[in-house]
Amino acid sequence: MTFEDLWRQHDFGAVAAHIAGMGTADVRRALGRGRVALTLDDFAALLSPAAAPFLEEMAQTSHRRTVERFGHTMQLYAPLYLSNVCANLCTYCGFSAHNQVERLVLGDGEILAEATVLARHGFQHVLILTGESPRVGADYLVRALRLLRARFASLSFEVQPMEVDDYVRFGQEGMSAVMVYQETYDPAAYARHHPRGPKANMPYRLNTPDRLGQAGVKKIGIGALYGLSDWRAEAWFVGLHLRHLESRYWRSRASISFPRLRPHQGDVALSLRAFGERELVQTVCAFRLLSQEVELSLSTRESARFRNHAFRLGFTSMSAGSRTNPGGYARPRESLEQFSVDDSRAPVEVAEFLCARGYQPVWKDWDGTYDGQVVNRTEHEAPTC
Amino acid sequence: MNSPLVIAGVELRSRLFLGTGKFSSGPVMRESLAASGAQLVTVALRRVRTDGASDDLLGHIDPTLYRLLPNTSGVRDRREAILAAELAREALQTNWLKLEIHPDPKFLMPDPVETLAATEELVRRGFVVLPYVHADPVLCRRLAEVGAAAVMPLGAPIGSNQGLASRAFLEIILAQRQVPVVIDAGLGAPSHAAAALEMGADAVLVNTAIASAADPVSMARAFRLGVEAGRRGFEAGLAAPVVEARASSPLTTFLAEEAR
Repeated sequence: MTFEDLWRQHDFGAVAAHIAGMGTADVRRALGRGRVALTLDDFAALLSPAAAPFLEEMAQTSHRRTVERFGHTMQLYAPLYLSNVCANLCTYCGFSAHNQVERLVLGDGEILAEATVLARHGFQHVLILTGESPRVGADYLVRALRLLRARFASLSFEVQPMEVDDYVRFGQEGMSAVMVYQETYDPAAYARHHPRGPKANMPYRLNTPDRLGQAGVKKIGIGALYGLSDWRAEAWFVGLHLRHLESRYWRSRASISFPRLRPHQGDVALSLRAFGERELVQTVCAFRLLSQEVELSLSTRESARFRNHAFRLGFTSMSAGSRTNPGGYARPRESLEQFSVDDSRAPVEVAEFLCARGYQPVWKDWDGTYDGQVVNRTEHEAPTC
Repeated sequence: MNSPLVIAGVELRSRLFLGTGKFSSGPVMRESLAASGAQLVTVALRRVRTDGASDDLLGHIDPTLYRLLPNTSGVRDRREAILAAELAREALQTNWLKLEIHPDPKFLMPDPVETLAATEELVRRGFVVLPYVHADPVLCRRLAEVGAAAVMPLGAPIGSNQGLASRAFLEIILAQRQVPVVIDAGLGAPSHAAAALEMGADAVLVNTAIASAADPVSMARAFRLGVEAGRRGFEAGLAAPVVEARASSPLTTFLAEEAR
C-alpha cells in the first residue's frame, strides 16, 4: 500500500472537522501518553483548538524530549539553489512559470563559486534546490553531486519528484537525503494552487516519499506548506505520512519542515489561511510529542525574533544566511528569489547566538563516508563555541 | 581507587566511559570529562573532521589525558561500518572502535546480524572492537569468540534513562563473560551506574544523563562517585539479599527430640 491508498481512506474535510471537535479530555489523554505511545488520534487532539490552553505544557515537554534525544545541539545547514527554471504554475511560488523574470541554471563554475562561499561560512550540510524542469533532471543533478560531494559532509536534495531508479542513482553518487513537501494534502486546494505543469499530478507527488523509501534513501523529508488549507488537518496528514513511512521504510530517517507562506513576487490574489506563530509553535510541539526522534527544521523564512525564541521548542536543525536565488551567495540579488528570507543574519551570528544560549551549533553531523564517498575537505572554517 | 580494568592489554583506572555528544559547548564537555575521571571517551565519527583540519569537538579533548574510542553511529550495515572504521583509524590514529550498527533510526536498536559479521571482519583487519549490542547472552559469547575486545550490551533503550531494564539478561552475560562487559545506554542516574558495577559489570558508558543534565559537570562527578562506590561494593563482597525473616519456630528440632 502506498501513501496515496492510505490518504484516500481519509477525507480532508472530515479530518478537519474531527480535529475541531476534540475536547479538553482528549488533550489531557494525549499529554498523559508515554514517549512511544501517542496515537494519531492523540496527535489530532494536540493540534486541536482544545489544546491551545495547554501550549506551555506542550512546549515544556517538547523541549525536554528534544534535549533528551538530541542534547543541547542545533545542526546548521544552508540551501543552495541551482536553478529557478520551472515548468509549474504554482499560485504561491516565486519560481512559478508565469512570472516574467530572468531564468537561470547554474553551470559548473557558478556552482563551485557558490560552494566556495558556503564552505567559507563553515557549512558542511548543504540542501540543493531546483525548480521543476527537464533542464535540471537526473543528469544535471548527478553532475552537481560530483562537483560538490568532496566539499561537504552531507548533500541533500529538494528537487522535482523522480523515479525510484533516479533516487538509487543519486544514492550511489553520494546523496544523503531528499526533501519533498506535499504543499497541501487537501485535494481541492491542491488543484486550485497547482493548475498547470507536472506538479498538477497530485498522486505522483503523494507517492514520492514511497519511491524514496523503496530506493533506500537514508533520510526523507516531508511537510506541508501552511496557509493553503486548514492547518490542523494539513499537520495531521503529515503525521499520517510520517507513521506510514516509519512502518514501511523503517531504515530511513524522517525530517519535517514547517514552511509558511511568505510574500513573494506575483502573490496578489492568494486567499491564504491564517497560520501564525502561535499555531506554528503548537504544530511543532505536537510533532515532537508524536515522535521523539523525527528531525524538525526551522527555516530563515521565519523572523530572527521568532527563531531566537522558538529554536528550543523541538527543532533540531536551522538554516542560516540563506539565499533563495540561484547564484545568490557569490552574486547577491541578481536573480529571482523563491521566497523572502526574514532572518538575514550571517551564519556566524546565528552560531554565536546559539552558543550564548547554551546550544552547540553543529556544522557536521554526517560524513561522506556514510554515503560511500571518499572525502577530502579543506576549506571549512566553522565558528565554534 | 578501584582495581584497574584491562581491555586489549590497556589498563584503565576509571570504569566510567563518557560519550561526547549532546553537550551544550566544548568547554562544558571538557569540564564534564575532567569531573568524571573518565579515561576512555567516545566520539562519533560523523561529528568530527576527518580531513585533518582542526576540529571543534576534538579540540576540547586532551589526547594526553583521554583515549579516544571512535564510534560508528549512523551506519546501517557492515559495509558502511567497515568504511567508517577505516576512516576513523586513519583520521583519529587509533585502532580502537566502538562498533554501532543501527539500521533503525527510530529506536536506534543495534543489528545483531550485521554487528557480528562486522566485528569478525574488523578484528581480522586489526581493530580493537567494542561492539554495542542488545543484552543477548548468546550474541555476547559469539562476539567474544570472533575476537571482540569487550562487549557493550545495553541497559535500556539509548537515551531512555530507564536504568538496568535488561538486568536479568545482563546477569547471564556477566556470569558467562569471556571479555570485559561494559554496560552501555539507558543509564539515567548515578544509582543505575552503581547498580551496574555492583552486579559485576566491568564498566559503564554514559552520555545523555550527563550531557543533558541541568548541571553536566556536577552530574559527571556524581556518576564518577556512583561507579566507584558500585565497584568498591562489588570488590568488597556484597552480602546476598535476604528476603525472608528467620523462622522463630524451628521445624526440625523434633528430630533431636526423637533421638533422645
